[in-house]
Amino acid sequence: MMKLWFKSGAPWIWLTGAAVSTCLIMIVGVLGLVTVRGVGHFWPHQVTRFIYQEDGNEPKVIIGEKVETSITPAAMAKSTGFKMADNEDTLVQYLVKTGNRDVTGTDFRWIQARNIKELSTPADMMVLERREWGNFYGQLAEVKENGKTIASGEQAWPVLQTKLEETLAVFKEIAHLEKKEIGAINYGLERLRLKQRKLELKNRLDDTAKQQIAAEKAGYEAEYNQYQTQLAGLYQKIRRYSLVAKTENGSTREIPLSKVVRAFQPNAMSLVDKIVHYGAKVVEFLTDDPREANTEGGIFPAIFGTVMMVMIMSVIVTPFGVIAAVYLREYAKQGFTTRLIRIAVNNLAGVPSVVYGVFGLGFFVYILGGNIDRLFFPESAPAPVFGTGGLLWASITLALLTLPVVIVSTEEGLARIPSSIREGSLALGATKLETLWLTVLPMASPAMMTGLILAVARAAGEVAPLMLVGVVKLAPTLPLDGNFPFLHLDRKFMHLGFHIYDVGFQSPNVEAARPLVYATALLLVLVVIGLNLAAIVIRNNLREKYRALEG
Amino acid sequence: MSENKIPAEYSSAFKQTSGGVHERWRLIKDAIARYGVVAGGLGVIVAVVMIFFYLLYVVYPLFLSAKAESVSQYDVPESALGKTVLLGIEEQNEVAVRFTDTGQVLFFAVATGKPILNEAVKIPEGAQIVSFSQGSPISGGSVVYGLSDGKAIVVKHQYKVTYPNNVRLITPSLAYPMGKAPLVIDEPGAALEKIAVKIGDNASTIVAKTGDKIRLSHFEKEKSLFADEATVTRTDSVLDYAAADVADILIDKDEHNLYLLSSSGQLGLFDISDKSAPVLIQKQNIVEAGKKITSVAFLNGDLSLMIGDSSGLVSQWSKVRDNLNRFSMQKIRVFKVSDKAVVLIRSEQRRKGFMTLDADGTIGIYHSTSERELIKQRVAHSRPVTAAISPRANAVLVQSDDGKINFWKVDNEHPEVSLSSLWQKVWYESYPKPDYIWQSSSANNDFEPKYSLTPLVFGTLKAAFYAMLVAIPLALMGAIYTAYFMTSKMRQYVKPSIELMGALPTVILGFLAGLWLAPLIEEYLAGLFSLLIIIPIAVMLFAFAWQYLPENIQQKIPEGWEGAILIPVILLSAWFAFTVSVPLESLLFHGTLRDWFKTELGIGYDQRNALVVGIAMGFAVIPTIFSIAEDAIFSVPKHLTVGSLALGATPWQTMIEVVLLTASPGIFSAVMIGLGRAVGETMIVLMATGNTPVMDLSIFQGLRTLAANIAVEMPEAEVDSTHYRVLFLSALVLFMFTFIFNTLAEVIRQRLREKYSSL
Repeated sequence: MMKLWFKSGAPWIWLTGAAVSTCLIMIVGVLGLVTVRGVGHFWPHQVTRFIYQEDGNEPKVIIGEKVETSITPAAMAKSTGFKMADNEDTLVQYLVKTGNRDVTGTDFRWIQARNIKELSTPADMMVLERREWGNFYGQLAEVKENGKTIASGEQAWPVLQTKLEETLAVFKEIAHLEKKEIGAINYGLERLRLKQRKLELKNRLDDTAKQQIAAEKAGYEAEYNQYQTQLAGLYQKIRRYSLVAKTENGSTREIPLSKVVRAFQPNAMSLVDKIVHYGAKVVEFLTDDPREANTEGGIFPAIFGTVMMVMIMSVIVTPFGVIAAVYLREYAKQGFTTRLIRIAVNNLAGVPSVVYGVFGLGFFVYILGGNIDRLFFPESAPAPVFGTGGLLWASITLALLTLPVVIVSTEEGLARIPSSIREGSLALGATKLETLWLTVLPMASPAMMTGLILAVARAAGEVAPLMLVGVVKLAPTLPLDGNFPFLHLDRKFMHLGFHIYDVGFQSPNVEAARPLVYATALLLVLVVIGLNLAAIVIRNNLREKYRALEG
Repeated sequence: MSENKIPAEYSSAFKQTSGGVHERWRLIKDAIARYGVVAGGLGVIVAVVMIFFYLLYVVYPLFLSAKAESVSQYDVPESALGKTVLLGIEEQNEVAVRFTDTGQVLFFAVATGKPILNEAVKIPEGAQIVSFSQGSPISGGSVVYGLSDGKAIVVKHQYKVTYPNNVRLITPSLAYPMGKAPLVIDEPGAALEKIAVKIGDNASTIVAKTGDKIRLSHFEKEKSLFADEATVTRTDSVLDYAAADVADILIDKDEHNLYLLSSSGQLGLFDISDKSAPVLIQKQNIVEAGKKITSVAFLNGDLSLMIGDSSGLVSQWSKVRDNLNRFSMQKIRVFKVSDKAVVLIRSEQRRKGFMTLDADGTIGIYHSTSERELIKQRVAHSRPVTAAISPRANAVLVQSDDGKINFWKVDNEHPEVSLSSLWQKVWYESYPKPDYIWQSSSANNDFEPKYSLTPLVFGTLKAAFYAMLVAIPLALMGAIYTAYFMTSKMRQYVKPSIELMGALPTVILGFLAGLWLAPLIEEYLAGLFSLLIIIPIAVMLFAFAWQYLPENIQQKIPEGWEGAILIPVILLSAWFAFTVSVPLESLLFHGTLRDWFKTELGIGYDQRNALVVGIAMGFAVIPTIFSIAEDAIFSVPKHLTVGSLALGATPWQTMIEVVLLTASPGIFSAVMIGLGRAVGETMIVLMATGNTPVMDLSIFQGLRTLAANIAVEMPEAEVDSTHYRVLFLSALVLFMFTFIFNTLAEVIRQRLREKYSSL
C-alpha cells in the first residue's frame, strides 16, 4: 500500500508543494515581523510600577514599560546559572524599559517575574521624551518658573502642558534661527572666503575686490550680530520653566522644560488620546530630524537623502538604459554582438554591489572628483569638494548598478510590440527614428516606467556601495536648501538603508534604538514592496494591452 | 463641406517627400540617431570592461617589481677625516651623515657630497676609539663609541626641519643623549672591544665586550612628578658567557633580549628582563660548518635577526614559542642573495624589508614575509665598505673602497604583497607556525599588516555554501511544484510573491538576521534542527492521510492546491517542533544542545555564525534561483510532457525523466546565478556574522567574506596604499568569481533558449 503510494510519486509532489509553502511562510513571516514591530513602536505603552524584591534584598520600586517577556525552561535556566526551585518549570523574565539613563546609567533592565511582589499602573505615571539621556519615567511633583514653584500637585499637569507648548514654540524659533538664518550666513561667509582665495590664486586680489569682500563680510557680520541678540533673548526665555519629578527610588529631579520634547501620562490616556499621540509620533518620525545619535526622533533627512539620490539616479539611468535596449531590439542584428551585450548586461546585474562601490570610490570619487577639484575648485584645497563621496557620485554609481534592470525591462516591452506597428509606420514613409520616437517608444513607455520603478526600488534598498561613495550616519545639512545653487551635488547625505545598518549595529545603545530601526525598516519595506507591486501592475496591464493589439 | 479636399497636414507631408532640405535633415537625424543608439548599446560592454580594467589598473602596481636608478656618484667627502664606519640618511633624503673611525661626524648633502657640518665627538685625552656601533635607527639615530679606557660615549645625529620663506631647510646637529661625559662601563679600564647600545625613552642599555667578559649596564631614568630633574638608576652585571670570539652584540628595542654572535656561527640568547641577573636561554650554532657569519641585523621591530653568511645566504631567525610556552630561536626562512659573502644587511625602518650588499658591490632589496626579491643590482664597481638605506626606504647610499659614494633612488611601493603572501601560509614573527592571517591594521606602530586573502575567500565560500544548502532544495523544489504541478490560478499569485521576496532590501534581512534571528537560534537551536526532521515527516503523514479522506472533501480542493493546504500543516508542525524540542533537549542533552556541543564535541558557539548567515542569505538567494529555474521548467515544450503522460508515465515520472532533464541547463544556470549572488552579498554577512577572519568549517563559527571585508575596511584605507590596493584586489577577485558564474549561466541559457525554439 505504502510502497504503491511512493511509487506513484505523489509524496514527492506533496514535498515540493511543502517547499513552496515554506517559502511563502518565510516571506509572510518576515513582512509580518517587520510590520508588527515597526507599527507597535509609536503606541503609548502602559507604565507599570513594580514592587520588586530580589533574594535577601529590601523591596524596591521599579517604574517602566514592559518591553519583552522571555520564558526559559528550568533546565536551561539552571545551566545559565539561575537558582531554580524544584517546583518551578520555567523562569519568566521581563525586559523593562526604565529610562532615566542620567540617574541609573542604563535604559533597560531584566527582572524576574517570581520576584515581583506587587504591580500596578497608577494614572499619574509620567513619561518625558527628552532631547538627551533618553526617556524619563516618574511622577510629576511641581512646575517651576525661574526657580519658583508655580504649580504643584493636581494642577501641575495642565500647567506643565501649557508651559511645555510655550517652550516648544520658542525652541522651534531658535532652531529656525540657528539652522536656517545663521546657517545661511555661515554659508555666505564660506563662499566669500572661497572667492577671496580664488582671486588670490589668480593674482587678481586688488584693492577694489578686497573692499568689496570686506563690505560683504561686514554685512553678514551685522546680520549675524542681530540674530545673536535675538537668540540670546530666546535662550533666556526657553530656560524659564522647569519641572520637578519624583523618580522610582523616591528622589526628586529637576528637569528644564527646554530639554523636554513631549510629556504624557500613558496610563491616563483614553483610546482617542492614544490614537492622537500615535499620529503625532508617526508625523514626528517622518518629518523630524534624528536626536540622540539617531536613536530617537525622526528620520526625515534619511528619507530626503534617499529620494534625492533616487531622483538623480533616475535622470541618469533612464536614457542610457532605454538607448541600450533600443539598440538591442531595434537596431542590432541578432548575432555575436547582441549576445556579447546580453552577457555584459547579465554581468552588470550579477556583479556584487560592493564592487560597484569600490569602482565608484576609485574611479568617480578619486579620479573624476579629484580632477574636477583640481580644475574647477582650486580655491577650496585641501578640503575636497567633489573629491570625496557625495550625492552625485552615489547617484552615478547606483545608476550603473541599476542599468541592467532598466535595459531588461525596456527590452521586454519593445519585444512585445507587434512588428506590424513598426512596419506600418515605415510603410507610410517615416524614417526609423520617427517610427521609434513617435510610435514604438510611446507604446513601450509603460515598460520603461516599470524598469525605472524597479531600478528605484533596487536603489532605495541598496546599502553596500553607498557606504563607500557618500552616505553618512548624520549629515549636518540637506543636499537641497535655500542657499545658492540650491542643489548641492557634492554634499554627503543620509540614506534609509544605511540608517538601518548604522543605528541597528553601530549605535552605542542598540537596545533603545531597536524599535526605531524596526520602524525605519518597515518604511523601507513599504516603499520597496509598493514600488515593486506598482511595477507588476503596470507590466500586467501592458501585457493585456498588447494581447488585445495582437488579437 | 470640403469632402474632396486633402487635410492640411497630409498635404504638407506630401510636400516634404518631394525632396529638399527638410528631407535631407530627416535622413541626417535618422543617421545620427542610429550612431547614437549603437554607441549606447555598445556602451554597456564598455561599462563592464571598464570596471574590470579599472580594478586591474589599481591592483597592478602591487605586482610590479621595484626599480632603482643611480642619481649621482661622488668622492667620499673629506676623506682625510678617517674611514667611514657608518653612513646615514635623514627622512627627506637631503642630508647624509658619515661617522668615521676617528670620532669625526660629517654631515653632507646627499646628492652632491658637499660637506655641510663637521663635528668631532669629544674623546677624553689618551683614549682611543676601539669599537663602534649603531643603536637601532628607529630610536633616533643613536650610535655608541667604545673607548680603550673602558668608557663609552653615546651620540645621536638629529635633524630639524624649518621652512624659512616657504623653503624646506634641514639643519643637522649632534646630541649626547646620555650626557657629554663618557660613561664608565668597565671599572678596571679595559678596552671595550665590542659594544652595543639601545636608547629608549626612559631606559637605555649598553652591552660591551672586554676581553672575555660581557658587561651590561642599564640606565633607568625616573622623572619625579614635581621636579624637572630626572634621577638615573644604574644597574650593572657581568654575563656568564664564554665571550672570547663574540663578534656582534644586539639588544632588542624592549631591552629584554640580548643576542651574542660569534663569527664562527654561535648564537647566544640572553633574557635580560632582569638587568641585574641576565639568564642564558639558548646557545646554538646557526650556520653550517665551514661557513661564517658575515653580517647581521635586526628586522624592523627587533623580533627577528637577519643573518648573512659567507656563502651568500641570508636566514631569518626569530623567537618562536612552542607548545610548552618556551621560546627558542628558529630559522623561519632563507634567502639566497648572492654567491659571494653577504657583507652588509640594513633593515628598512617602517617595513619588514631589508637590503643586502655582497662582496661584489651588488645590492639586493628583499621583503621578508612576502619572500620577494625586489631589486638586485650592481651599484659599485669594487668591494663595498658600507651602505645606508633611507628611513622611507626610497634611497640608498653605498660607499665602495675605491673612495666613491653612490647615491641611488629606489621606487619600492608595495613589497609586502606577493602571490605567496596573499594565498599561502606565511610564518609571521612571533607566531608559532606559518598560517593564513588577515589583519590589516592595528593600534601600534611597527605592526606588520598581514594580507592573506585565503581566510576571506574561505569565509566567502563557506557563507555561500551554507546559503546554497538552504536555498537550493527550497528554491528548486518550489520551482518544480510551481511550474508543473500548481494550478495556474495559484501560480499567478505565488510567483510574484516569491519574486517580491528577492526585492526585499538585504539590509533589512541582515538586520533581522543579526538582531532577531541570531538570538532566537541561540535559544532554540534544538528546535531548529528538529524542524528539518519534523516538517517533512508531518507533510508525508498528512499526504498519506489525505488520500483516505472522504471523496467530497478531497474534491473541494482540486489537484494543484497542495501547497496551500500544507501551510497550516507546516505552521503546526513547526510550532510542535519548537515546543517539543525544549523538554526533549533537557532530557537528551542535559541542558541545552549548545552546551552539549561545547562540552561533548568541543564545538564552540558564536551567536552570529554561519548557520544564521546561511538561513538569511538562503532567504535572499531563493527568489533568484526560484525565478530562473521556474522559467526554465515552465517553458519546457508542452508536447514533450503530454507525450510522456500519454505513454503511461505518472506525472512525477514525467517530471523527473522528461521535464527536469530538458530543463537541466536552465536549472544549472539558476544555481550559478544564485551562487554569484551569494558570493557577492555584503550587508547580510556584514550584519549576521561576527566578521572574524577565521578559517573554521564549523557551522557555529563566524566568518568574514571578501565583500564584507571591503565594506568594513575600504573607508579607512589610505588611497593608493598597499591596503587600498589589496582591497581592490579582493574586489577584483569577487568580480572574477561572479563574472565566471554569470557568463557561464548566460551562455547556457542562450543555448537552452535556442534548443527550446527548435523543439
